[in-house]
Amino acid sequence: MSELTELYQEVILDHNKRPRNYQVPSGANRHAEGFNPLCGDRFTVYLRVEDGVIQDAGFQGAGCAISKASASLMTDIVKGRTLEEARALFDRFHDMVTAPMEATADADLLGKLAVFAGVREFPVRVKCASLAWHAMRAAVQSASDPVSTE
Amino acid sequence: MSGIGVKPQPDVLDVERVREDFPILGRRVHGKPLVYLDNAATTQKPQPVLDALFRYYTGSNANVHRGVHLLSQEATDAFEAGRVSVQRFLNAAHASEIIFTRNASEGVNLVAESFGRLKVRAADEIVITGMEHHSNIVPWQLLCERTGAILRVVPITDEGELRLDEMERLLTERTRLVAVTHLSNALGTVNPIPTIVEMAHHHGAAVLVDGAQAAYHMPVDVQALGCDFYVVTGHKLYGPTGIGALYGRQALLEAMPPYQGGGDMIRSVTFEKTTYNDLPHKFEAGTPHIAGVVGLGAAVEYIRGIGLDRIAVHERDLLEYATARLNEVPGLRLIGTARHKASILSFVLDGVHPHDIGTIVDREGVAIRTGHHCAQPVMERFGIPATARASLAVYNTRSDIDALIRALRKVREVFA
Repeated sequence: MSELTELYQEVILDHNKRPRNYQVPSGANRHAEGFNPLCGDRFTVYLRVEDGVIQDAGFQGAGCAISKASASLMTDIVKGRTLEEARALFDRFHDMVTAPMEATADADLLGKLAVFAGVREFPVRVKCASLAWHAMRAAVQSASDPVSTE
Repeated sequence: MSGIGVKPQPDVLDVERVREDFPILGRRVHGKPLVYLDNAATTQKPQPVLDALFRYYTGSNANVHRGVHLLSQEATDAFEAGRVSVQRFLNAAHASEIIFTRNASEGVNLVAESFGRLKVRAADEIVITGMEHHSNIVPWQLLCERTGAILRVVPITDEGELRLDEMERLLTERTRLVAVTHLSNALGTVNPIPTIVEMAHHHGAAVLVDGAQAAYHMPVDVQALGCDFYVVTGHKLYGPTGIGALYGRQALLEAMPPYQGGGDMIRSVTFEKTTYNDLPHKFEAGTPHIAGVVGLGAAVEYIRGIGLDRIAVHERDLLEYATARLNEVPGLRLIGTARHKASILSFVLDGVHPHDIGTIVDREGVAIRTGHHCAQPVMERFGIPATARASLAVYNTRSDIDALIRALRKVREVFA
């Protein structure tokens, strides 16, 4: 049960139950969809980018607890970061959920994202944890065309 | 059934005895005894199948249909004996009506390609149903793209039953073929194939039945069903992966053009003209999966030895027990509640995504499938992204179901 507790930490369960930033931010000018065809998880990540800085972030969609909590925490942490910093965070997050991390190297930078370290023990769930991150990176790299508001 | 070979015994299935035939059931998963409830994805393999593969490779391995030496003769005999086993298993009238394929999907693709070239033209119609696996959807979409034919889809009810009234409405003189699953992999619904065949034939349409899920749960008699094509896959019949079979009515198969070109499917080749081989070889280009056929033959003989009637009774009892137990779980909703069901328990749990259910029960040793089960239109029909699915086989017991229920309690604890 211990690895399970590592995976489903309180923070993750809380963000799953009450996801933060679960909306399209006003003035959003970039977005990208993340879709995992294996399990049907599907999230769209929205960013408002001004002068190379992510001023606001949000997401919409549906998925498992890991993917939803990850989207929630990701949108929290990228707010106020430059696009360059957001890309670097993606790399660090990706490293953390795929390979053993050096003890303290990124603990400060990743902050509460460290709760996803337990995903390492569940290789098939890595895609869940990184889904919204992939969407965020795609949004960062996308042209700044406006989000349609249907 | 033809009555040849081992007759099913009238007594009750001795599950513990059956379990001894499956070596993998003795292993542990995450420190717990394996509870394997993902049979709709693939079944485990009994010792007689493993022995047959070993015997073939250690004793008789050679290419088939082409050597004068003894090993080639033995390999050919074993290969063709596998065909006769599958013929008897499906009660086809002729062994030459059994075409070996890689899997059920390839059987559907063969028919879509070859029957399509024979019969399907622009503005013709193909009728499928709202509960098909992707493998019984996409080949028909490809055929429609190629020919300009139109795909029609019979809707399903909230319980997961086919709307036969809608099917009747969709069948016209333009309908060339109806493709329908015998047993839905996502819902467990058993479809009334003889009724569907009668309706389709009345309109002059052929019928392909996807038997990938059905053939290891209930006796299949293609002559009694009356269908024109029936596809199965070996790995769900307790046999090896990479081998499947297509049954086709002889007259149709003879009229259909070859599917793939290569060795074995020809009678003579010159650069001016090639003549094709007789059935079934016309549809089996290249060196086949000989060991796979040997293993599949052993697998269907193993099933016949136990008796599908007995298996069906055992699994029906288990399905009823599991349905009742699952319905007691707070917040659990079964997806697929057709009156005539078999072997499949698809469900969702309030507030917990199926993927999370799958991970947590796995840690309890319980293997189930989570996701869309290669039936995305079914998920869409029920307005859900995915389900958790427990699926039964001959070796499952009530204690397997109890383990699943205990594991679902763990899910509730984690997501309290």
